[in-house]
Amino acid sequence: MSKHGITRRKVLRNGAGVVAATAVGAPMVHAQGTSGSLRFAFWDHWVPGGNDALKELAQRFGEQNRVNMTLDFINTTGNQLQLTIAAQAQSRSGHDGISLLPWDPGTYADQLEPCDDVMQRLSAKYGPVNPVAEFLAKRGGAWRGVPATAGTQAKPACARFDLLKQHAGIDIREMWPAANRAGPGADRWTWDTFLTAAEACHKAGVPFGLPMGQFTDAVDWVGAVFLGYGARVTDERGNPTIRNNQELRQAIDYLVRLSRFLPNDVWAWDDASNNRALISGRSALIFNPPSAWAVAKRDAPQVAENCWTIPMPAGPKGRFLAYLPYVTGIWSFGRNKTAAKAFLEFITQRENAELCVNKSQGYDIPPFLSMSDFKAWETEGPPVGTIFNYPLKAHHQATYSIAFSPAPPELAQQMYLQALNTKVVARIAQGGESVDSALGWLEREINNMRRGG
Amino acid sequence: MADGGAATLPRIEAPGGASLKRFARRRSTIAFLMTLPLIAVIGGLVVWPAGYAIHLATLNRRMTSFIGLGNFEILLESETFRMVIFQSVFFAITAVILKAAIGFWLAHMLHHIPANGQRKWRGMLLVPWVIPPALSTLGWWWMFEPTYSSINWILNIFAIPSVPWLGEPWWARISVIIVNVWYGAPFFMIMYLAALKSVPEQLYEAAAIDGATSWQRLRYVTLPMMRNIISITVLFSLIVTFANYDIVRVLTNGGPRDLTHVFASYAFQVGILAGNIPRGAAVSLFMFPILAIIAFFVLRGVNRRNKEEA
Repeated sequence: MSKHGITRRKVLRNGAGVVAATAVGAPMVHAQGTSGSLRFAFWDHWVPGGNDALKELAQRFGEQNRVNMTLDFINTTGNQLQLTIAAQAQSRSGHDGISLLPWDPGTYADQLEPCDDVMQRLSAKYGPVNPVAEFLAKRGGAWRGVPATAGTQAKPACARFDLLKQHAGIDIREMWPAANRAGPGADRWTWDTFLTAAEACHKAGVPFGLPMGQFTDAVDWVGAVFLGYGARVTDERGNPTIRNNQELRQAIDYLVRLSRFLPNDVWAWDDASNNRALISGRSALIFNPPSAWAVAKRDAPQVAENCWTIPMPAGPKGRFLAYLPYVTGIWSFGRNKTAAKAFLEFITQRENAELCVNKSQGYDIPPFLSMSDFKAWETEGPPVGTIFNYPLKAHHQATYSIAFSPAPPELAQQMYLQALNTKVVARIAQGGESVDSALGWLEREINNMRRGG
Repeated sequence: MADGGAATLPRIEAPGGASLKRFARRRSTIAFLMTLPLIAVIGGLVVWPAGYAIHLATLNRRMTSFIGLGNFEILLESETFRMVIFQSVFFAITAVILKAAIGFWLAHMLHHIPANGQRKWRGMLLVPWVIPPALSTLGWWWMFEPTYSSINWILNIFAIPSVPWLGEPWWARISVIIVNVWYGAPFFMIMYLAALKSVPEQLYEAAAIDGATSWQRLRYVTLPMMRNIISITVLFSLIVTFANYDIVRVLTNGGPRDLTHVFASYAFQVGILAGNIPRGAAVSLFMFPILAIIAFFVLRGVNRRNKEEA
């Protein structure tokens, strides 16, 4: 062998030289370390065409970074997405990244790749993140995913301005115009005014369509009422704060009174019932993202033309807007984590977030507060400006919220998903229990949930 | 050498080959090999998941430490879960009794229809059982649906006020049972019809000669002859009804106020949706001892009767 001048040492040296030369000569790509393939599962959007933005962005990212992108869209009907997430977490295999429902980053925190580096760069560029998204996506001080634009929603009031003017004497378009200012009477948009309007519309046969069941729409708006009255069922450490809690009693009393002016079957409504109530023309107001209006635009244009989105009413302790963010997580057992992070960073860039908002007809809300000024919310219609007030604006003087915060997320998640806030109201209003008895049940349920940590 | 080698080789291999042949020829070995695929399926799809569920039920919420029977203890102290036990038992027992009664009645009706016409009736009555339950329940949901209920629409035509089928607790419970009975009664019907056809005609003739009334014929001839099939169908249906998930999930999602939850739907809510997989596993395992006890007594009864008849 040595006679031919080829030794093992020489082979190794030359081989290393070739590898080094290849590395130096390789073309520079946008995100170092990316290449290969990426498989992401995203929530299948309600709004027709809502998935197109992510498809377009994935294609662009793939071309720029020589990554073979595969996107799957999984819907939440029948909890298909939740089941997929649970199955992948249990089997430690599946997609590289997946859309996580609001409480999932906490549930699967141990199996999610921290994304602090991505969030640090994005925050430096776009400023503070929505506090609710931060509350849900951070565990143990680390971001367990990147708060998403696609699918993230708020739940302000989508109201029929014609019916409210006719039956309750309230001109909501004047109160909340499609401009960065509050109109005359906006300061009187409180839960008390809301109750009076609910009564008037109920009498007129177009009751407010407010679900009181166990689905998220119900839990979200009831949660915003609780916060508006300063009613908390636990403190930050998860200790129940139910006894002698006057704010809680006030909020419950209000909701029991309000429930008398709602359709008698709201206790069984799901997340689509309120949409149907609005689209059918039977309801004057619902709390929902603009998906109900978007469907009405297609199926009942005469209804859509009279819809106007306005902030939630204010309570004695302020105005709160229910907010439900999706978070895209990267599995720690994923094969291409660097590329996955680069992709999430790419789709969260301002221009790409705006594309998501445009394609979803204004439904999606980006996680950065600085991104609440996109044109789509001004120009979408009919009527033009109908969803101007959909994302929270400074003049709303409101706070994004999620029910049961600031309880520890593990506990808040259980209280939220078991709809303790709507159930306690239902026990009194529908079940005929006394307030004391219902509150006693609430405290026992919370204590029970806290056990077996 | 070659000859010698050829002569010794069979002598060396013979004992091993023969024992292998003997081993393969043993009936128990063949039986074991033939059932191996089934054993693998049962092991993989029944024993392992059941064992894993038991293991999960003994962990804490984060699945990081063993807490023994802690989840069961917590559940039994929860008012909501005690309500779920009541509802599951109420739902299963009521639905099975109704399914058995309706199935029995339908089987009798069909049995007395001439053979030519029987086939089409049998086919039509089996339709509910053939449609996937999730799909048919969706159809029922549209009929009960709070805002556009078609049943209410018909009631209103006759000036009867709308019924909050899914919004009022007892109506919601009844709705869930109605759908389960509608779906499950044809199973009983077809089983009882087969059993009725196997009752010897001579027994009825003898009873008629003795002057037995139709009630007495039913009481002393039909029912004793069908006892085993009734026991087995009731047991089978009880197991399936106790484990029902799709009807509650589609119709009410457990509401209002958790008053229609059964074990399976509550286990899903606690385990998957609320992210407490160990407690969800504990909920689902609650069915196991109840059903095991019922199965033990029913099957013991069937065996005893078989021995007596033999």
